[in-house]
Amino acid sequence: MGSGERKPFENPAIEWVDSRLPIFTLINKEYGVFPTPKNFNYFWNFGAIATVMLVLMILTGITLAMHYTPHADYAFESVERIMRDVNFGWLIRYMHANGASFFFIAVYIHIFRGLYYGSYKQPRELLWILGVVILLLMMATAFMGYVLPWGQMSFWGATVITNLFSAIPLVGDDIVTLLWGGFSVDNPTLNRFFALHYLLPFVLVGVVGLHVWALHVTGSNNPLGIDTKGPQDTLPFHPYYTMKDTFGILVFLIIYVAFTFFMPNSLGHPDNYIPADPLVTPAHIVPEWYFLPFYAILRAITFDVGIPFTDIVFVEAKLGGVLAMFGAIALLVALPFLDKHPARSARFRPWFKIAVLVLVLDFFILMVCGGKPAEGLWVPLAQVATLYYYAFFLVLIPLFNKFEPRLDLPPSIHEAVLSCCSKKKQCCSHPTEAA
Amino acid sequence: MKYFLLLLSVFVITHGAPALAAGDAEPPPEMHWSFSGPFGTYDRAALQRGFQVYKQVCAACHSMDLKSYRNLAALGYNEDEIKAIAAEYTVEDGPNDEGEMFERPARPSDRFKNPYPNDAAAKYANNGAMPPDLSLITKARHNGANYVHGILTGYEEAPADTELMSGQYYNRYMAGHVIAMAPPLSDGVVGYEDGTDGTVEQYAKDVTQFLVWAAEPEMEERKRTGIKVILFLLVFTGIMYAVKRKIWADAH
Ligand code: HEC
Ligand code: HEM
Repeated sequence: MGSGERKPFENPAIEWVDSRLPIFTLINKEYGVFPTPKNFNYFWNFGAIATVMLVLMILTGITLAMHYTPHADYAFESVERIMRDVNFGWLIRYMHANGASFFFIAVYIHIFRGLYYGSYKQPRELLWILGVVILLLMMATAFMGYVLPWGQMSFWGATVITNLFSAIPLVGDDIVTLLWGGFSVDNPTLNRFFALHYLLPFVLVGVVGLHVWALHVTGSNNPLGIDTKGPQDTLPFHPYYTMKDTFGILVFLIIYVAFTFFMPNSLGHPDNYIPADPLVTPAHIVPEWYFLPFYAILRAITFDVGIPFTDIVFVEAKLGGVLAMFGAIALLVALPFLDKHPARSARFRPWFKIAVLVLVLDFFILMVCGGKPAEGLWVPLAQVATLYYYAFFLVLIPLFNKFEPRLDLPPSIHEAVLSCCSKKKQCCSHPTEAA
Repeated sequence: MKYFLLLLSVFVITHGAPALAAGDAEPPPEMHWSFSGPFGTYDRAALQRGFQVYKQVCAACHSMDLKSYRNLAALGYNEDEIKAIAAEYTVEDGPNDEGEMFERPARPSDRFKNPYPNDAAAKYANNGAMPPDLSLITKARHNGANYVHGILTGYEEAPADTELMSGQYYNRYMAGHVIAMAPPLSDGVVGYEDGTDGTVEQYAKDVTQFLVWAAEPEMEERKRTGIKVILFLLVFTGIMYAVKRKIWADAH
């Protein structure tokens, strides 16, 4: 930026600004002519979709904050006032509540894309790790946001989740007191959660900026997982991907809007329409759906870890659960360093492909388990699913490093697209699917 | 997109999960409601009858703190009718210039009058059970409309092996089957002015619809707006698809 050659713009106003602050040059470089692999499939839309959702969350969130009262005695009623008395308040509130769900849908698909096509591998390790940081920030933001309407699930979800930190040896109880701002979830908790819920999305914007910066250093991966070798492999971002992303965003928005207008509460829990009551515990405390897989891992550790047949316990079940839950995300950070297989894309990794698709299934199984009461067959099922999750990263990936055969990689994206067209006609009928 | 549909279907399944786990009560019967579906609307006559049932029966025990008399305009009452309805109640106001609290007839801007001065009084009057505020009841229960209708029509003789304490009643659709609300409805308790049958079934349907409206007063506007937004997006998406095809045609 700044120094270096700059091609002058014809429009004098643009040129005036750009010669002083080359922002138009920057936009043109990063989003205009930016060379982008020409063989993306629709999974490559979800980064843009997630960005749109983030902006949407911030816009609706700030509007809500203008009418919301962060006080234990008024929060619930203030949300209902937004729903009833603020002009289009119901729309803003439902867009925000369902927006959180669809933000997670977009990001989970985006993460799956990265896993499947090996986008986490060299040279994109840091880009991937920044992505995991984004996921963690989103989780913190959404968790605290869910507390704000101060319904029964807000209150009891906050109680259960903050209590987890008490499992940490030595400092656990102090951490919990700090989170609560007292000795139970109460008005100070709501106040600090509101402050942080307002702050974190902007931190998120910053990290997303770093994420995109890192992306524009390495360039995008693609469904073949091979590097671009020259201009014949790429297309300028604009108009090809600006238009394709716009189309993808619109399709996603249609589904999001259908939920927002026609079943706005179907992804939420009815108990959150009961005002918080510290004296009445709901029959089943369940977090929002996007936390369920991790909640299932948390609850899967029902046993102490120690030396068998003695009283010696190293890790109590509660701490074990917390470690397993955070470990599940830590494994994502470690993944680029665990996976040493030379091919990126699962297309050329027959074993990895199956293992990663089973991992997706496993994630859904955990999601179902997380929503069920921790009893009966759900417990062993969650345990097996947790085991597979861990084994994928710690057993299968290392085994694949050693033993998995690699199918022949095509010499270049360009040639792969052409040969695919000559062999299978169907690829060509729809150019964007060609790969 | 295949994956996306898969994802969606799984959410639906996982979302349904807690509902099934919620208790041993059987699911309430699925009713046909005029307000269900993307084009559904409220039936104004049913809402007015439902309000009458609430006012004459439920309001003896249940508050509706989120509703004001002025909101009744949505049911088709005019300003004078609303003023007259509000004026039937007396509320405390003040302090006045002399620092005294005083009583006055309710105005349209007042909230529905709470039958009890506080929660403790509400519990004391109901054998220790708290009659919940009904403003949001259909959103605060799974399958809310069918559930409330089910509760109101689900009273039965307790089976021989179920012991009920005084103040407890047996209800098919209540979790655990035991409810602390006496059957509130019986045939003929409310005299409908429009000649509709005064049966428990009819009262239950009408008051449920009224409660759905109370919980989601924005529903009709929401669905109407939703249709427009979806249509707009469909057209826009179609155009963008054509644009994208055109641009990509020369890409290979
Ligand atoms: C005599 C007082 C009384 C009247 C009249 C009354 N209720 Fe109730 N209602 C209660 C009490 C007490 C409870 C709490 C029951 C419990 O927790 O077991 C209750 C609970 C309920 C519930 C919640 C059940 C649940 O899932 O927890 C609904 C819905 C309800 N009432 C609807 C109505 C409607 C509609 C009417 C008018 C047709 C009505 N009630 C009239 C006392 C009353
Ligand atoms: C990363 C982006 C964000 C996420 C994932 C998120 C998530 C959430 C969630 C899940 C809720 C609970 C919704 C409900 O069930 O009612 C919520 C509520 C809320 N959020 Fe956010 N939010 C985000 C950004 C913001 C921003 C930037 C603000 C601006 C201050 C904001 C302000 C609020 C307010 C005031 C509420 C309470 C009103 C309500 O519950 O509807 N949010 N948020």
